[in-house]
Amino acid sequence: MSKKVNVTINGFPVEIQAGKTILEAAESQGIKIPTLCFHKDLCVAGNCRVCVVEVVGQTRLSAACATPCDEGMEILTNSLKVRNSRKQIIELLLSEHNADCTKCYKNGNCELQTLSSEYKIMTQDFLELVPLKKFSIDMYSPSIIKDDSKCIRCQRCVRTCAELQGVNALTVSHKGDKMKITTFFEKAMRDVVCTNCGQCVNHCPTGALVEKNYIEEVWEALADPTKHVVVQTAPAVRVGLGEELGMEPGSSVTGKMVAALKRLGFDSVLDTDFTADLTIMEEGTELLTRLKKALVDKDETVTLPMATSCSPGWIKYIEHMYPEHLNHLSTCKSPQQMFGALVKTYYAKARNLEPDKIVSVSIMPCTAKKFEAYRPEMYDSGYRDVDYVLTTRELAILIKQAGLDFNKLEPMKYDRLMGESSGAGVIFGATGGVMEAALRTVYEIVTGREVPFKNLDILPVRGMEGIREATIKIENPLKEWAFLDGVELKCAVAHGLINAKTVMDSIKSGTSNYHFIEFMACPGGCLGGGGQPIPTNPEIRKKRAEAIYAEDRGLPLRKSHENPEVIKLYKDFLIEPLGEVSHHLLHTKYTKRERF
Amino acid sequence: MANSHQLKRVDFIFRNENDWEKVLSATIKNKPQELINELISSELKGRGGAGFPTGLKWKLTAEAKSDEKYVICNADEGEPGTFKDREILSRVPYKVFTAMAICGYITGAKKGFIYLRGEYKFLKAELQKVIDEFHYYCKETGLDFEINIFLGSGAYICGEETALMESMEGKRGEPRNKPPFPTQAGYLGKPTVINNVETLVHAFTIFKYGAKKFYDLGVQYSRGTKLFSVSGDTPKPGIYELELGMSLQDFVYEFGDGDTKAVQVGGASGFLVPRKKFKDAAIGFKGKLTGISLPTGGSMMLFNSSRSMFNVLDNYLEFFREESCGQCTPCRVGCQQLLLGIKAVKRGEKPASYLDKLLRLTETMQLTAKCGLGQSVANSFSSIVENFREEMIY
Repeated sequence: MSKKVNVTINGFPVEIQAGKTILEAAESQGIKIPTLCFHKDLCVAGNCRVCVVEVVGQTRLSAACATPCDEGMEILTNSLKVRNSRKQIIELLLSEHNADCTKCYKNGNCELQTLSSEYKIMTQDFLELVPLKKFSIDMYSPSIIKDDSKCIRCQRCVRTCAELQGVNALTVSHKGDKMKITTFFEKAMRDVVCTNCGQCVNHCPTGALVEKNYIEEVWEALADPTKHVVVQTAPAVRVGLGEELGMEPGSSVTGKMVAALKRLGFDSVLDTDFTADLTIMEEGTELLTRLKKALVDKDETVTLPMATSCSPGWIKYIEHMYPEHLNHLSTCKSPQQMFGALVKTYYAKARNLEPDKIVSVSIMPCTAKKFEAYRPEMYDSGYRDVDYVLTTRELAILIKQAGLDFNKLEPMKYDRLMGESSGAGVIFGATGGVMEAALRTVYEIVTGREVPFKNLDILPVRGMEGIREATIKIENPLKEWAFLDGVELKCAVAHGLINAKTVMDSIKSGTSNYHFIEFMACPGGCLGGGGQPIPTNPEIRKKRAEAIYAEDRGLPLRKSHENPEVIKLYKDFLIEPLGEVSHHLLHTKYTKRERF
Repeated sequence: MANSHQLKRVDFIFRNENDWEKVLSATIKNKPQELINELISSELKGRGGAGFPTGLKWKLTAEAKSDEKYVICNADEGEPGTFKDREILSRVPYKVFTAMAICGYITGAKKGFIYLRGEYKFLKAELQKVIDEFHYYCKETGLDFEINIFLGSGAYICGEETALMESMEGKRGEPRNKPPFPTQAGYLGKPTVINNVETLVHAFTIFKYGAKKFYDLGVQYSRGTKLFSVSGDTPKPGIYELELGMSLQDFVYEFGDGDTKAVQVGGASGFLVPRKKFKDAAIGFKGKLTGISLPTGGSMMLFNSSRSMFNVLDNYLEFFREESCGQCTPCRVGCQQLLLGIKAVKRGEKPASYLDKLLRLTETMQLTAKCGLGQSVANSFSSIVENFREEMIY
């Protein structure tokens, strides 16, 4: 039992664990203290000062987020002194902020706006500072727009980029009135180590960092009668979208989302989970091929461990940070890009459509996917494989603009041809999901038996720990896989690029003994992606993960290789995993990048 | 004038006796606890401006449990109008090093650092020579203590103790949240004593002559002597060691040019005292001697009737606007608003009553800013605006 301390908050006694902050003590009593720079994902900064409270007997006010409770403290969260100071701090922030709210992308979902509305800041007595400064908007990145005039210098993005991601693309420069958040030598975001993961966007309280949206482009395509607009939805979107539309975190809205997309006018509503299953076939086969070459042929050019390649944030990270280790990456494209390449080839042929009349849209929990679709390698169908990428948040905007009452929509099913998926495809949205899906298939291919876990739930790779490990021993394999008999397949899962760094450093130093590693750029995997609803925090990620695993449990198909549409795809079009067509359409190569 | 204190010139700090080896070896023959008690009984308070009891600081660090501890000498002398530490380091550096080594002996720290202001780079070579000699003697005495020089890069905020430590750790010089205080978690998260250059020299005096000799100087709550950097409209600018507790009246009588309109005590972050309040103001830490008491890092700027107080304040605010680290809202935005605000009033773009709004703003800054910089902008602002309101407007 840890030590407890007794304090009073606004006169009422509170018993709380020693070391807890005033903010935590107040939260435990249901008292909200406003915050801006505070975020549950990040270390405490204590720099915005809106959370100041009065501790009786002290001359100055204390930042509730940064001050631990001491025995006997008498805390006032709403005294006149506190209110007046807090109000003035909000006024100061507004005086330095481009408060052109009606023209802001974050209008309605801005923490500063909410706060100033709560405190009824009706006048602006202070001088407007924004017109005096020469702010520019960085719009060069295909994923992220950075507008310094809306920045309140809370440094959440800087801490996100450093603590969660270890990327440090964003940093603080200058001091005093010139202090700002910027990149290496103030280069554009597209020219620095930025991985486009969008975690900064997800953590920004205002409109200073937002995704580059393609809403109007999609509306235009939908309105064009000569176009056939296909949409694919990523696994994690179905457990996040509800939050943007007024539902509780952890709501699974697959059927409603499909119904909404159909009402928006998409000609075909399909599932990225289908190509997630396909990824497992290709990547699983690639893993087995690498293992065979390493173990049987003793081929020293084979690189192990093999790393997954689904997460475009992770791909850009390794390209910048470990350019000499790109051989570890699976050559498989991500499910989004496999889907894009197939839509304008296989799907077009089967549906008798001209590929140039197809507009391929994807709904992703991710901002890095926007960049991925933009990569020069992603034109293998002969056209741009994926035309527009929308985040979960942008889809919610489409739904609201169309005036749909999401709650009242009757669930519908995905269209066919590339709309079928297994539970293995669904769990791609959670950290550990790709690993679990791959193991379900690989183990069965090799031994002819199901993975030895109850209900196919491979619990060791699930959870929210930054790095997780699992070992599966292969016993009594089928004849052609006899070389794997007794081999202990060592796997690891890492999510959040700061954890990817730890694993990559162990590979670099030669101390890693893994065969296969799943990397996801964002904490929690795609369900915690940069394109997911704001806020995203540890509790919300946990709820979304529960929803994803529940979806998996509820599906009749749980294994990728049993997906009948995938089987049909190989029979009619691809012939075999890693075959010539696959090689052309489903695999890619990587680029070494600079580190600044 | 019953409580008036005659100005007393003293000469402790720069007295060059060249006997630091003896002082060091004699002092460390005592138990740490005895030395701490000696220091506490002297009632020495920090001479950087904040006035924290030095003995208590050393005691807390000595009691903190850690395998590593550090002693830092804060020589980032950046307060406008202060130039005493430079003089100490050029004339009697060994007194500073000796006090640091004794502090190391008391607290258990094996490493010391001089955080030298970037502009004082020219002192570095000479200091390093003295340090090398000092190391040699430490070895002779059997004391395991090593001093290194860390050169600052020119930011005023790095004189704030936690920003200074961040800067030493290779990070951006931004003040930390307190608690924890450096005595528990300072440089590299380890218990750290950080003292102003002058404080350490006083500690040397106390260990050499005993606490009583120090305690007998000055007045209640403000014991001992202090170095003053005298500048501005004065016929004799320079550095003077004076007893604490003197009234500003006596000070101006000695140093003024006969036309002194106001004195800024404690630099840009200190207070401005107008002529009519000279006799009520005493230079010291706490305890109202004769009206107002003025803690100070030693900067004394005299202004005569040719000076515009608006320009003086404008100058300070420009300084703060630039030297705020920029992390916390009240300080970063507040300083900009104060500077632009007084200009707007002067130009007639804002009514005179806007000054009251700005005064309320300085109250908020004092209550909520993260560190001493933002908290003390209110000092000069309110003391100038309240005493010279007319000059702000017309």
